[in-house]
Amino acid sequence: MNDETPAGMPASEYGSEFGERLSYLIGLVLALVLTGAAFTLVWMKLLTGGAALAVLGLLAFIQVLVHLRCFLHIDLARSHRDDLKLILFTALILLVMVSGTIWILYDQHLRMMP
Amino acid sequence: MSVSERLHPGVNLGATDPESHEAAEEVVFGFWIFLMSDLVLFAVLFATYAAMSVQGIAGGPAPAEVFDLTAAFVETLLLLLSSFAFGFAMLAMKYRENARSVLAWLLATGVLGAAFVGMELHDYYVMITAHGAPPQASGFLSAYYLLTGTHALHVSSGLVWMVIMAVQIAVFGLNTAVKLRLMRLALFWHMLDVVWIGIFTFVYLFGVVS
Amino acid sequence: MNWELIFGQLQWTSFVFAGAILDPSLSEFIASGAGSIAVLGAVAVVILLTVKRWWVPLWRDWLTSVDHKKVGIMYMVLALVMFARAVIEAALMRAQQLVAYDSAGFLSADHFGQLFSTHGTIMIFFVAMPFITGLMNYVMPLQIGARDVSFPLLNAISLMLTVAGAILIMISLVVGQFSTGGWTAYPPFTGIEFSPGEGVDYWIWAVSLGSIGSTLTGLNFAVTIYKKRCPGMTLFRMPLFCWTTLCTSILMIFAMAPLTAVTVMLALDRYAGFHFFTNGDGGNMMNYANLFWLFGHPEVYILILPAFGVWSEVVATFSAKRIYGYTSLVYATMCIAVLSFAVWLHHFFTMGQSANVNAIFGIATMVIGVPTGVKVYDWLLTMVGGRIRFSTSMLFLINFLLTFILGGLTGVLLANPGVDFQVHNTLFLVAHFHNMIIPGVLFGMFAAVQFWFPKAFGFRLHEGLGRASFWCFAPGFLLAFFPLYWLGMMGATRRTYMWSDPEYLPWLALAMAGAGLILAGFAFMVTQIVVSVRQRDRLACPLGDPWDGRALEWSIPAPAPEWNFAVLPDVTSRDAFYEAKQSGQAYRSPAAYEDIEVPRNTATAPLIGLFACAWAFGLVWHIWWLVAVSFVLMWAVVIVRSFNMNTVEIIPAARVKAQNEAFLAAARAAPGVPREQEMTSDNRGKALPEALTARAGAVPAGRAVEVLS
Ligand code: HEM
Ligand SMILES: [Cu+2]
Repeated sequence: MNDETPAGMPASEYGSEFGERLSYLIGLVLALVLTGAAFTLVWMKLLTGGAALAVLGLLAFIQVLVHLRCFLHIDLARSHRDDLKLILFTALILLVMVSGTIWILYDQHLRMMP
Repeated sequence: MSVSERLHPGVNLGATDPESHEAAEEVVFGFWIFLMSDLVLFAVLFATYAAMSVQGIAGGPAPAEVFDLTAAFVETLLLLLSSFAFGFAMLAMKYRENARSVLAWLLATGVLGAAFVGMELHDYYVMITAHGAPPQASGFLSAYYLLTGTHALHVSSGLVWMVIMAVQIAVFGLNTAVKLRLMRLALFWHMLDVVWIGIFTFVYLFGVVS
Repeated sequence: MNWELIFGQLQWTSFVFAGAILDPSLSEFIASGAGSIAVLGAVAVVILLTVKRWWVPLWRDWLTSVDHKKVGIMYMVLALVMFARAVIEAALMRAQQLVAYDSAGFLSADHFGQLFSTHGTIMIFFVAMPFITGLMNYVMPLQIGARDVSFPLLNAISLMLTVAGAILIMISLVVGQFSTGGWTAYPPFTGIEFSPGEGVDYWIWAVSLGSIGSTLTGLNFAVTIYKKRCPGMTLFRMPLFCWTTLCTSILMIFAMAPLTAVTVMLALDRYAGFHFFTNGDGGNMMNYANLFWLFGHPEVYILILPAFGVWSEVVATFSAKRIYGYTSLVYATMCIAVLSFAVWLHHFFTMGQSANVNAIFGIATMVIGVPTGVKVYDWLLTMVGGRIRFSTSMLFLINFLLTFILGGLTGVLLANPGVDFQVHNTLFLVAHFHNMIIPGVLFGMFAAVQFWFPKAFGFRLHEGLGRASFWCFAPGFLLAFFPLYWLGMMGATRRTYMWSDPEYLPWLALAMAGAGLILAGFAFMVTQIVVSVRQRDRLACPLGDPWDGRALEWSIPAPAPEWNFAVLPDVTSRDAFYEAKQSGQAYRSPAAYEDIEVPRNTATAPLIGLFACAWAFGLVWHIWWLVAVSFVLMWAVVIVRSFNMNTVEIIPAARVKAQNEAFLAAARAAPGVPREQEMTSDNRGKALPEALTARAGAVPAGRAVEVLS
């Protein structure tokens, strides 16, 4: 983490403007497709009940990954990066907090039913 | 680690000296931490909403009765496009250091963002007047307004921040401090779009399906 | 004239003194007395500052400073001031419970409710938190070889937000009433229906300010540890205190957000008629308990982990031995940090969820005992075979090991839902958490003060008085709280202001005696500081290393210079400074000096704190113009600051060199003191290295050391 940064950085290290534009464009198109799919699924009532929820959740999850990759430039090749570790740890904590809360409140709710 | 690997994810600084990259690392990493802590806040609101949208309707209107999917869809598009526009603002900064084109893209971002907030306010207005669904009506609606309202508040503060950054670009040009701030604003903006994915899926779509 | 527009709900009867006039009872007189003490104390401080002409130095050298060392010291001062208030409140509660046998005692029920609420809230948010935050602020950057934290201004802002919250609670002594809802403020009791007054609002905004301050602190320290370590300081070469600081910071980053969320929801319920936690209309007050403890449980580890770090430093230094099981201590800390997010339900086992849910969280809770146990063994094994010196800090450590284990055992008992159903909400629980927090956190901080004070101020604290305070604190704690276990098992509920069971009396009397001893210990501690300041020449240790320390902070002069390290150190091992002393490499002159950049002082942070305090006060009393104005001003300060591009100043290399070379020359020339004389005035801060002492035969080298470490 404390290794020196070599002075003078070749421009090639940054990727090209064209390449990066492409990445944003791909992100945009994918996001549009995923969003469109999710809304269409509901509008057209293609699925109902648990199946619909599961598919919607999956689509959202994929779209989050797309945004992280194409807009926020997080990727696995740089997995030794502190930021990725941070995001993964956050994901763990979020999972514990959200699922725990829902579980606890749902359990209490069931036991209060008349 | 090679240089490119050491560049923080998010938006890169462009060709500058190694010291600014070191500084950028620190500042951007700090901002990531802030975003994660903010995300925990949203997670708590999501979890509360998840429980209350089922258990807290209390005879008031149910989600499917008050949500307008078309509006939610348009809002989604607006926010997505504004996120995209910000991406191009950052590319203009990185590759051309062209203050004018940065400002133009920022303007586009801001207008789209403002339209998003405007539409959300309109949604609230319709819900309150036409559906009799103000936040005081039930636990479900309290949770709904807090969750979406917190997001809208974030977007609005992003807009104010954007205005300030536009002034700073005009005053200072694209110096390192300004660039670093723009980078953080970009991260903030993109992250709000990620949170919105959660909102349109788990609030609007889930609400209408179930 | 519509006064409400100007003063909101504030009226002359809101002032505490009006209570004594309208209802002249002992309880009201005590309240007025407390209010007067607060006012008189403030006036006395103002007079003192004016007479001594300290206003300018206070502003210039302290309040506007962004130096992590000064910020740290200010945090500690805040903690001590607030401790004085909260410990007096504790003694009042003890006295009330003692006399309120089959009678109302001298405090009204409402007043007693305010006392346990302010006591708990202050002790957690404005004593324990500032204490650990201040200590981490002071020590961590020095230990990792950094010149400051990553974001010095943000650091000062965190401090000032915390101070704003503390001031708000102090204001509640004089203006209006505080909440009677305990430090946890459970609705629906704290909802607008049952607590219509301003009390809960005081709680909400004071806690929110503190919570935001802590989130920012966590962020700042985590980045500092990740990005600002000096060359060679890999994560696994960091002193253990830095590890615990890192884990605490991570907990702060993730655990404060639920608290912020829950206070905002409660505020929306109260101010705007929302239904998060109300009785009807779809509100769910059980979600409050859930969200509060989502924060609350990690919070207790936020408090205890830095103290664990202190114990690790103290035990190694005063046993003159490398810490036993460094790696296991690191992993234990990490396990505790992660597990602490998965046990929050043990605070509401009795709320009605099914037995399976309780069982899972109960088991998770017991599992945390394992890494904690590992730590205890590591500390014990560090002492085995060491050449132990019984300094005040070390006495606190030994006391900690003995009593913390008992507290931990009662914790494992409570982790069993079946047992918890029996003693939930009784004094057994009160005994348990004080048993963890006082010998663990509070005494840990006291030990830290004894240990690092010479580094911060350049002179040691008077050892005799330190021991005297220890010998009051330690037995005082046992007397004050062990009877409560017994009372709890007899069924005495917590937060209760009168009794009718005669069997409680002897135990309550013992507890009262204990509280008295604790007060005496505090008095000794204050005396110790005063006496030490007076005798600072005799106690001086400008050479910076009075205890034969191990980490980098001991390698620099005392008090530490503004720039910490004249030249950033390059470390090659753990216990870097200790190793350097052993091999005779310490106090070498660096090859070259460079200019040093330090952040300029700025009024930004104190102004933000001021406006935040005004904003919160306006919210409490519904003074909407004040809310709007101070909110705008607060952000205006931030924006104006962001247009200032000239925020650093340069300290020229020549000045650094002159000062540092003078220090190094003095250190090299000084004879050094052996450990037997470290409490005498011969100790000027240069420790004679162990290796030399052993060679001189002054102390027989313990063979067990080699065997065990
Ligand atoms: C130093 C001597 C102390 C004494 C004599 C003392 C005494 C007390 C007493 C009598 C109560 C009320 C118990 C009841 O509910 O009946 C109490 C509650 C409490 N104390 Fe302490 N305490 C001390 C230190 C501390 C410290 C250092 C902390 C934390 C850092 C602390 C945190 C609390 C908390 C959180 C409560 C619960 C308040 C509530 O019920 O909401 N105390 N203490
Ligand atoms: Cu707990």
